[in-house]
Amino acid sequence: MYTTDMSGNKKAEVVAEDPEELAAFEARVANDEFIEPKDWMPEAYRKTLVRQMSQHAHSEIVGMLPEGNWISRAPNLRRKAILLAKVQDEGGHGLYLYAAAETLGTSRDEMTEALLSGKAKYSTIFNYPTLTWADIGAIGWLVDGAAIMNQVPLQRTSYGPYARAMVRICKEESFHQRQGYEIMMHLAVGTPEQKRMAQDALNRWWWPSLMMFGPPDEKSPNTAQSMRWRIKRDTNDELRQKFVDITVPQAEAIGLTVPDDKLKWNEERGAYDFGEVDWEEFAAVVRGEGPVAKERLQARQKAWDDGAWVREAARVHAEKRANAKVAAE
Amino acid sequence: MDVIATYALRLGDDSLILGQRLSEWCGHAPALEVDLSLANIALDQVGQATHFLNLAGELEGKGRDGDALAFRRDVMDFTNCLLVEQPNGDFAQTIARQFLFSHYQALLFEQMAAVKDTRFAAIAAKAAKEVAYHATLASDWVIRLGDGTDESKARMVAGLAWVWRFADELFAMDAADAAAIEAGAGVDKSALRGAWDSRVDAVLAEATLARPAPHRATTGGRIGRHSEHLGHLLSEMQFLQRAYPGATW
Repeated sequence: MYTTDMSGNKKAEVVAEDPEELAAFEARVANDEFIEPKDWMPEAYRKTLVRQMSQHAHSEIVGMLPEGNWISRAPNLRRKAILLAKVQDEGGHGLYLYAAAETLGTSRDEMTEALLSGKAKYSTIFNYPTLTWADIGAIGWLVDGAAIMNQVPLQRTSYGPYARAMVRICKEESFHQRQGYEIMMHLAVGTPEQKRMAQDALNRWWWPSLMMFGPPDEKSPNTAQSMRWRIKRDTNDELRQKFVDITVPQAEAIGLTVPDDKLKWNEERGAYDFGEVDWEEFAAVVRGEGPVAKERLQARQKAWDDGAWVREAARVHAEKRANAKVAAE
Repeated sequence: MDVIATYALRLGDDSLILGQRLSEWCGHAPALEVDLSLANIALDQVGQATHFLNLAGELEGKGRDGDALAFRRDVMDFTNCLLVEQPNGDFAQTIARQFLFSHYQALLFEQMAAVKDTRFAAIAAKAAKEVAYHATLASDWVIRLGDGTDESKARMVAGLAWVWRFADELFAMDAADAAAIEAGAGVDKSALRGAWDSRVDAVLAEATLARPAPHRATTGGRIGRHSEHLGHLLSEMQFLQRAYPGATW
């Protein structure tokens, strides 16, 4: 999974930096060198990265919830094991990403608190509910498919720890995407009820998946800066187009219909024309008004609160052990 | 079902129901690392269940596979021990359940890996490595929680008190066990009790926890007499197979 670019309405703040250091930094980035944790970096670069990486990590963790909702109801043993492993992978991705973000000087607890207070965001897509088993197929196929579009270029992002985390994550995401599509293939050739389930899931997940690429380019003022810093390597609209072009034939191949009556192959552009995303809905979901946004944050808050005594016990126990060791020496 | 098939079924049901319970934690655990380790254990259990239930279906010879057994039986035909169907409760209760069960499974599979019947031995040999890790992980948490804060200790005591009455059933022997031993597939579970007691006691001591007071054993799982919890677990787990009979997924 991945994070949605939700920075469209905010301008990066300007901090005075040493011009020589800044020039040297910009030159390294332009030269496609990796920036490492101990290297000098502009404050705005650090902030942008912490925001993007923590959003990405939060998306992995919150993203465990909609799919986790179906582990206990997976239709057979094989599907149960695959789904469990997949959701566990998302947790693992969250862990690498938090660790990578911590190299920028923000602790995991601080990031978690920002998520729970609503200060930090996560991908809008996870604020939609998983209603049937077909949603598990649709999420793998569309949501992980969209994630891959965004993440493959991030393997060459300028911040070394982020880029390296993305290499591992991308390998697993392509497996996730295939397993999702495979679920949809089975449903599409199954009973009429199964086919209906598959089409209904595509109808509900298509537009939110297109929103995952973030606001249109003309409304994404930070894109230029992020691209210059190689934090981002393609614009939102470029990635969205690429996703549509790859996904539409996949839907056709299994006899499902993409819910967009403006969708049409444009011979001249060599790409699909498609309808307008409901940006008002997107803005509302970014504001935290998605259909199950409250449930998602409530679940994270509950896990955090219910787990507090466990984390405290582990900390106190480790301290006792350390003290006993010192006393013994 | 013949007794050897029943024997495989019991092993499969134990793993299946515990895997199902543990997977309820996924996305909700006290810390991300804990989430990942509980999911690991759940995955191992679902894997073991798949092997043992497929074997049970094969031994039964009526065309049922692991999925048919997992998703198309009602409470009275499930043969798991009562311990594994117990609700997760808080994290301490989950750990208490895992602690008792994983030490039992570790001893069981160590022995089963050497039985004559290679079908059982092969599954057990692979599973033995997995459950040895589960036992270590659960023990580490018993120690952390027992010898952590006052609150964690009180919760660990309560968790152990909840599950303790189900421990005896793990080692109970009946005709199916005897037949499985006779056929070179089974293990004398009653002989594992001593080693289990000493492993469990050693961990409790390190955790500064007292062994729970003796309690009359609550049993019946092996013959389909379960707690009220199992029916709810099954109704959730079996929902799709029941709602769409004959569909494949």
